[in-house]
Amino acid sequence: MASEPHHSVNRRRFVQGTLRTAMGAGVGGLALALLARQSRSLPADALRPPGALPEPNFLAACVRCGLCVRACPYDTLKLADLAAGPAGGTPYFRARNIPCEMCEDIPCVKACPTGALDKSLVDITAARMGVAVIVSRDTCLNLQGLRCDVCYRVCPVIDKAITLEQSHNRRTGKHAVFEPVVHPDACTGCGKCEKSCVLTEAAIKVLPIGLAAGRQDAHYRRGWEEKRKAGEELVPGLIDLPDRLPEMKP
Amino acid sequence: MTARRIPGRAAWAQHGFWRAHRLLVLRRLTQLGVLALFLSGPLAGVWIAKGTLSASLTVDVIPLTDPFVVLQSLAARHWPEATALTGLGIVVAFYLVFGGRTFCAWACPINPVTDLAAWLRRRLGIEKGWVMRRETRWLAAFAILAASAATGTIAFELINPVTLVYRAALFGGLAGLAVVAAVFAFDLVVARDGWCGHLCPVGATYGLIGKATLLRVAARGRARCDDCLDCFAVCPEPHVIAPALRGREGAGPVIVSGDCTVCGRCIDVCPERVFSLTHRFDTRVDAPPASAPRPAGRPAPAALERA
Repeated sequence: MASEPHHSVNRRRFVQGTLRTAMGAGVGGLALALLARQSRSLPADALRPPGALPEPNFLAACVRCGLCVRACPYDTLKLADLAAGPAGGTPYFRARNIPCEMCEDIPCVKACPTGALDKSLVDITAARMGVAVIVSRDTCLNLQGLRCDVCYRVCPVIDKAITLEQSHNRRTGKHAVFEPVVHPDACTGCGKCEKSCVLTEAAIKVLPIGLAAGRQDAHYRRGWEEKRKAGEELVPGLIDLPDRLPEMKP
Repeated sequence: MTARRIPGRAAWAQHGFWRAHRLLVLRRLTQLGVLALFLSGPLAGVWIAKGTLSASLTVDVIPLTDPFVVLQSLAARHWPEATALTGLGIVVAFYLVFGGRTFCAWACPINPVTDLAAWLRRRLGIEKGWVMRRETRWLAAFAILAASAATGTIAFELINPVTLVYRAALFGGLAGLAVVAAVFAFDLVVARDGWCGHLCPVGATYGLIGKATLLRVAARGRARCDDCLDCFAVCPEPHVIAPALRGREGAGPVIVSGDCTVCGRCIDVCPERVFSLTHRFDTRVDAPPASAPRPAGRPAPAALERA
């Protein structure tokens, strides 16, 4: 194209411009992806509304419209700000500030337009917003033999999610300890226990399930449960060997 | 030194303030009105529209959903529930009739911000600056959808100034306004009409709808055009005007580009009243005035448009 030099110049400029634009968009996209990846982690004291999909799915579904926040009659739910906290614009609550009152009609779930809050949740006691954990055994008043009992009393699923387990008070030798024990299979994570804990810093805290719950491998079988299910010994004819006890010194 | 021509002053002088600012004033009122529908709840307890511009519920029955938010959700592999999809259908249907990027010019809260930046640029005589390609917005939208897909999140809502303004106004939190300030600074200093015209993927999506929308601006009186170029100076997407105004290669008088935001500033500022609102199938063109040919000695319009 020697006879038309500016054609090739134009072409070069076009290709350069296109490449530059594409690379700019690529860099921008990458920066956004890094930001989005960073904001995927949920702070330990931030709880999602009832019925929220598991966190990764939730972030794909929540459009940050705030309709759940509007539906909440107790001002529990907030939208996260740009700065530190859950992913910007997503709804959350902090149990120690305002816990979930567990409305029976679950208005926040009904308000969600996208399904980020799952409408298959119709019984609020089936909600799993988090799970309560006694995080501080050395400050919990009940564990020191006192009768505080507040977390137990305020629990909306009392005697199922939190029970008081009686044991011997080894400090005094003659009293009882009433230990609050959380049962994750019944705890909704509403946060009333954490809110009501009388200590300056709550000894019982509601943590996101991913943080608080352990999980056994899927292939684990508990022998005693399998035995009950089967109604018989799983391995018949097991020999019960004699227990070996430590020998007494003469 | 010749005084810089201030676009719109000629129309103002000939037709009065109202006729030279009618659509601009209506647009500001609409933008404030949309915000007021959302704000009346938190401020006065009168709940009309709840939510934000990403998804909302009006008078507890009409759902509305932003198209680009749905696209991101799909990219992140979440299929939204019926309410969100109904809202999407209503929005798409509305803008298929009422102009596509009319959202940008008449509802979006960022529009006054970038309009102010563009106005300041004209007044301060700031050079055009960095000229991005028109296709940048498609690549930006694609890159953002890719980021959503890669992270499995609705990624753009972290920084989307359009919804951040509403979130800040309705739910508190000022950090979001930093993004708005950044957009203003970008448009003022870095690139003319940089954000709305070249980067914003929300507007790009409405622009897609605008490719087929019914409501359009047309240069019906193009025969009266005296090449003052005020329309090009105020238009946030000046490339859309030329085909309809010049009628080259048999182009009709209707501005068909989806990029046109139907802001109507060209209608306001034209002293010759060339432009009007109409539907996209309107082919009427006013007859040229009997006398008054193009004044001799004026440069060819094409050269001016490029300037």
